[in-house]
Amino acid sequence: MTGKRILSTLAHRLAILAYVAFALFPLYWLLKVSVTPNNLLYSEGIRMWPSQTSFEHFEFVLRHSEFPTFFKNSLIVSGSTAVIVTVLASLAGYAMSRFNFRGKYWIVTLMLLTQMFPLVMLVAPIFKMLSPLGLTNSLTGLVIVYTAFNVPFATFLMQSFFDGIPKDLEEAAMIDGATQFVAFRQIILPLTLPGIAATLGFVFTAAWSELLFSLMLISGNDAATFPVGLLSFVSKFSVDFGQMMAAGVMALIPACLFFLLIQRYLVQGLTAGAVKG
Amino acid sequence: MASIDIAHVQKSYGIHPVLHGVDLEIKDGEFVVLVGPSGCGKSTLLRMIAGLEAVTEGEIRIAGKRVNDLAPKDRDIAMVFQSYALYPHMSVEKNMSYSLRLRKTAKDKIASVVAGAASKLGLDPLMERRPKALSGGQRQRVAMGRAIVRQPKAFLFDEPLSNLDARLREQMRAEIKKLHQDLGATSIYVTHDQIEAMTLADRIVAMHGGIIQQVGSPLELYDNPANLFVAGFIGSPGMNFFDGRYMVSGENGNFVLTGGVVLPLGSNANLADGSRATLGIRPEHVVLGAEGPNALKATVDLVEPTGFGIIVHLKLGPVAFKAFTLDRRFLGMHGDVAVRLPVPNLHFFNEEGRKV
Repeated sequence: MTGKRILSTLAHRLAILAYVAFALFPLYWLLKVSVTPNNLLYSEGIRMWPSQTSFEHFEFVLRHSEFPTFFKNSLIVSGSTAVIVTVLASLAGYAMSRFNFRGKYWIVTLMLLTQMFPLVMLVAPIFKMLSPLGLTNSLTGLVIVYTAFNVPFATFLMQSFFDGIPKDLEEAAMIDGATQFVAFRQIILPLTLPGIAATLGFVFTAAWSELLFSLMLISGNDAATFPVGLLSFVSKFSVDFGQMMAAGVMALIPACLFFLLIQRYLVQGLTAGAVKG
Repeated sequence: MASIDIAHVQKSYGIHPVLHGVDLEIKDGEFVVLVGPSGCGKSTLLRMIAGLEAVTEGEIRIAGKRVNDLAPKDRDIAMVFQSYALYPHMSVEKNMSYSLRLRKTAKDKIASVVAGAASKLGLDPLMERRPKALSGGQRQRVAMGRAIVRQPKAFLFDEPLSNLDARLREQMRAEIKKLHQDLGATSIYVTHDQIEAMTLADRIVAMHGGIIQQVGSPLELYDNPANLFVAGFIGSPGMNFFDGRYMVSGENGNFVLTGGVVLPLGSNANLADGSRATLGIRPEHVVLGAEGPNALKATVDLVEPTGFGIIVHLKLGPVAFKAFTLDRRFLGMHGDVAVRLPVPNLHFFNEEGRKV
């Protein structure tokens, strides 16, 4: 290797390192603050790591705050949304990919249209719609809203996965004696697992971190999801940074676990659909 | 096993017609090959028989029963796809038994039938593998195995060999023929490869532009093509064509080629005096190095040895044509050569391209 090549490799690595450090620093800071005891939080100035660490914030958050409730609510809302959206998107994506039906063009256009508006615009109308139905301040309401917002994109995502699976396969199954639905369930669906995992992951994280509608539709702590719950650490006169950060760290856990579980499919999935489609 | 009747079948996509009224009767146990260039409608016709495409007009009957509105699964046919269409997430054994499992066949029956098919096709050591871990030829065999396990009324083959290399294609072609001899099942085979059509078929159906051009045994189509399309499509290297005019002089007919060369025919062809026509002759019938009264002078353009024989590219004035010979003396040939087009081997096609 010549000197020039070593130098360029070094520069390349350094650039990547700088980028990764920049992206991960907020997470690092979150972790750092969460383990800094209250008495050191303001007294030590800016240090990369506190002179003393403790888990007191974690203990407080778990024992004395309503964080477990928020956490449970978030899990219910995100999990249900992810499952419902994926089921709907699989069926719709399959129809989009395989069937020709009247109004298909308009349905696709309308679905695309929903992706074009900033969600803030919809807060008032949604509230107005859900309020008489008794769906404000309820997890069900949140699930419905999140599902509605995520189905279009998830449908497009699933459609691209179905497009990547040759039509011959279900035709072979149909000749072998399957109905179209059995062919879908036994042949096509198992082959779309990477796509399903990608969609599940995408929708789960989207719902997990959603703040706007959660904030607008939920009042009170019983049905609050954790992004809203985090705000409860902000009181009129002070912010409990330590506790807030501890809660944040714990909120990261399910998302991390989820991605760890599906990342194998995710990489395969996101590229597979793109290249073949 | 069953006969298949196709009566006045038409197909159009929107306003675009792809099949213009096809009539065909396939007898029980017959091996019929649909052959033609891509886009001629042969695959569409096959898919209509399978039930994968709707019939726009006309009727398809399998074993005398109208199947136009039956789902593929209720037609009791098996199909081998060009892409093999093996289920990637199932082992070879599961692939082959899928149709039987869907029909809730008893487990021991499935096992024995699948084992029988596997040994027939030499798949025994591969039963636990996934399609991904198989070679092209093995995948092809699995696709065939999947078709034969349930003894359907008919086998449909949609260009099953086009993804294989030349050597393997030859081998599988023979295996398919042997399989048909063993099982005697009604088979419809789609291909664009005229060699496959010639070697496999009991009867060939030559198609072009959504219309059946000729139906007959392989040699009928080869020796007696009904029109210019069939004459040009069947045979490799293909038949030579010369445009010209038919002239009568007294008792005899002459064919005047476009370049002005006169070919005395000795007798009368079934053509009107002075009418435009096309003369066809197969390359193997062109006689090379034949001096004599009726010899024509051609120029050698190119010599292609195939090992088995030699293809000589010739020019008669501006018209290019080919000769095929087994005589290796012609290998080093160049310059001018005397050729003869023996009258008994000539085919004449009238202005509409029909054989006379």
